[in-house]
Amino acid sequence: MNIHEYQARDLFEKFGVASPRGKMASTPREAEIAAQELGTEKIVIKAQVHAGGRGKGAFTNGFKGGVHTCSKPEEIREMAAKMLGQTLVTHQTGPAGRLVNKVYVVEAAEIAKELYLAILLDRASSAPVVIASTQGGMDIETVAAQTPEKIFREPAHPLLGLQPFQARKLAAALGLHGSQAAQAAKLILALYKLFITCDCSLVEVNPLVITKTGDVLALDAKFNFDDNALYRHPEIVALRDFTEEDPREVEASKYCLNYIGLEGNIACLVNGAGLAMATMDIIKHYGGEPANFLDVGGSATKEQVAAAFKIILLDRNVKGILVNIFGGIMRCDIIAEGILAAIKETELPVPLVVRLEGSNVELGKKIIKDSGLAVISADSLADGAEKIVAAVKARAA
Amino acid sequence: MAILVTPETRVLIQGITGSFGSRHAQLSLEYGTKIVSGVTPGKGGQLFERVIPIFDTVAQAARETGTTVSAIFVPPPFAADSILEAVDAGLDLVICITEGIPVADMVRVKAAMKGSKTRLIGPNCPGIVTPGKGKDSQGGCRIGIAPGYIHNKGNIGVVSRSGTLTYEAVWQLTSLGLGQSTCVGIGGDPVNGTSHLDVIKMFNDDPETEAIIMIGEIGGTAEEEAAAWIKENCKKPVAGFIAGATAPAGRRMGHAGAIVSGGKGTASAKIAAFREAGIAVAETPSVMAETLIRHIQERKG
Repeated sequence: MNIHEYQARDLFEKFGVASPRGKMASTPREAEIAAQELGTEKIVIKAQVHAGGRGKGAFTNGFKGGVHTCSKPEEIREMAAKMLGQTLVTHQTGPAGRLVNKVYVVEAAEIAKELYLAILLDRASSAPVVIASTQGGMDIETVAAQTPEKIFREPAHPLLGLQPFQARKLAAALGLHGSQAAQAAKLILALYKLFITCDCSLVEVNPLVITKTGDVLALDAKFNFDDNALYRHPEIVALRDFTEEDPREVEASKYCLNYIGLEGNIACLVNGAGLAMATMDIIKHYGGEPANFLDVGGSATKEQVAAAFKIILLDRNVKGILVNIFGGIMRCDIIAEGILAAIKETELPVPLVVRLEGSNVELGKKIIKDSGLAVISADSLADGAEKIVAAVKARAA
Repeated sequence: MAILVTPETRVLIQGITGSFGSRHAQLSLEYGTKIVSGVTPGKGGQLFERVIPIFDTVAQAARETGTTVSAIFVPPPFAADSILEAVDAGLDLVICITEGIPVADMVRVKAAMKGSKTRLIGPNCPGIVTPGKGKDSQGGCRIGIAPGYIHNKGNIGVVSRSGTLTYEAVWQLTSLGLGQSTCVGIGGDPVNGTSHLDVIKMFNDDPETEAIIMIGEIGGTAEEEAAAWIKENCKKPVAGFIAGATAPAGRRMGHAGAIVSGGKGTASAKIAAFREAGIAVAETPSVMAETLIRHIQERKG
C-alpha cells in the first residue's frame, strides 16, 4: 500500500522527522488559504498522485508540470485551479495518467545540498538496512550503478534496532559536521522508529536537504507498507486512496483474489501465485501477451471463481481466457461450477481454454462438457497456452 | 533416507482444531503420516478424531508424545509466537504453513532462533512430502497442504518457493514414471527459515536423492546463491525453472517475496545464474521433468 505526500508529511510530524510545513487542499480557495497561513516568501504547490516524476509531468488539459513555486497566495489559487480535477501524466503513470483530487501547499526550502536517505528490508540479512547517499535528488539505482562508493549502508540489528552511533556514522559518511550532523542523526533515528512502528517495507527520502540556513529536512517521501501487517494498523489503512488504484484490483481485493492488471490480451485465472506467474510466462512463450496476474488461491469457492471471471471480463483488451488449475486440494468441480456460473450471467464473449488437473478432475471436465458451452479443453499447461494463443490469433485474422 | 522427514517422523499440528489445520491433519492421517499430537491453547485434554491428544502447550505435547516436528496452521497474528513456542520446546523442525505473517515478525523470529537447534521451513509454504511405498505414495510423511496422491516414491529431490509449481513438477515426474525422495516447499515470503541452498545441500548429501529440480521465482537473490554453490559443489544433476519473467517490476505477484525492486531479483538474472552453474533450465513450466531427464541422460553421455 502507498500513501500521498501530504499523508507522509503527517507521519513525519508525528514521529519527529523534520520536514517543511505544509497543508493539503482540495479546492483552489483552500489552497490559497493554506498559502496565506504558511506566510512564507516562497510557496510550492504539488499535485498529489501516487506516482513519481510529477515535476516533469503534464496535464491532459495542456498545463505543464505537477509542481510549481509561487510567491503569492493568489498565484497558488490559480495553479490549484489548473491542477485540481485534471489528469496528470508522468513517466510513472502510463499514458492514462492520474486524476488530481488534492494538492499539497508547502513552504519552499532554500536548498544548499541534496542528499538521499532510505530504510528498507534487506532480504539477504533478514533485517532492515539504512541507505544514505550524497547524491540526492537522483535515481538511486543510477547512483548505485555509476558511483557505488557514494552509497552508504548501515544494517540495523533485527532485535536491538538501529543504534545512535550508527546514525552518527551515516551523518559523518554524508560529510556533515556539528549541528547538521546532530540534526541528521536525529532525523535518521526518528525515521527508523517510524519505519518499525508503522510496519513499513520501504521509506525513501529523496531528497533529504540541507537548507541555506543550515537545517536538515526531509523534502519528499515515498512509503510502502507491508500488506501483511496492515491488520494491526487501522490508522494506516485509513490513508488508503482507492482512486489511485486500478478499479479491477480494488474489486478483486473485495473477494480476496490476487489480481494485477497488465497490458496484454490473454487473461488467465490460476490457483497459486507461482503457477499464476508461470502461466503468464508460458502465454508469452507461445507468442501471446498476458492481460493479468490472477491467483484465486488454494481454497477458492464457486463465488470467488465467478467473481474472478467477471473481473477478467471488465478488461476490454481481453481477447481470450486461459484457466489453469492444478487442483491439489482445490477441487476441479468447484472451479468448473464457478466458471459456468460466471458465464451464465455474463455470456462468453471471447475464446476460453480450460486446463484442469488434480482432485476431482474427471468430474470437473464432465461438468464443463455437459454444459454444452464452447469451452476448449487442454491436457497440459503447454497445450492450454498453445490453444489460447491460437484461438486469439484465429479470431483476429 | 530422504531428507528432513521420514515415514517414521512423529508430527505435531499447532492449530489442529482450526478449519484449515484440522482438514490437513485429516488428509495427512489418511496419507499414513504419524500425526501424534495437536496443540490449541485452551483445548488441552480433548482428542482430535477421537485418538490424537490435544495439548495446551507445545512443551507438553513434546514431552508426552515424543513429537520432533511441528506444522503450524495458526492465523498470521499468532504465527510468530507459535514458531517461537516450538523452538522453546526444542523441536528439530518447524514447518510454518501460515500465509500473511508480517515481515517484521519474521525478522525478529529469525534473529531469536539464531543458535537454537530448531530448523524452520516457511512460512507461507506448502510443507514437505516424503512419499511412501503404498498406492498413490501412501505411507509417507506429508506435512502441510500438498496433495499426497500426485507423489511417487523415488530419487528426485524437489525444492520450490511456490506450492502449485511444486505440484506441477511432482506431477510431471510421477506421470513420466519418476519418483521423489523428498519435496520441500520453502515458501514465498521475503524472510524465511530455510533457503534453496540449505535444501540443495541436504539433497546433495542424501544418498537416496539422485537428481534435483529447483524452482524459483522473481525477488531476492536466494536462487543465485544456490546456483553459485551448485556450480562449485553439487555432485548431482539439477534442472530448474524461474517463474515471473513477464511480471512487471515493482509489483508484488501474490507471494510477498515475489517482487522485482531496485532492478534486483529479475527472472533473467536468475536464469543466467542457473545456466552459468550448469543447471538445465526448463523453457516453460510444462517441461520441468522432461528437462531434468534430458539433463541426466546428457550427463551420463
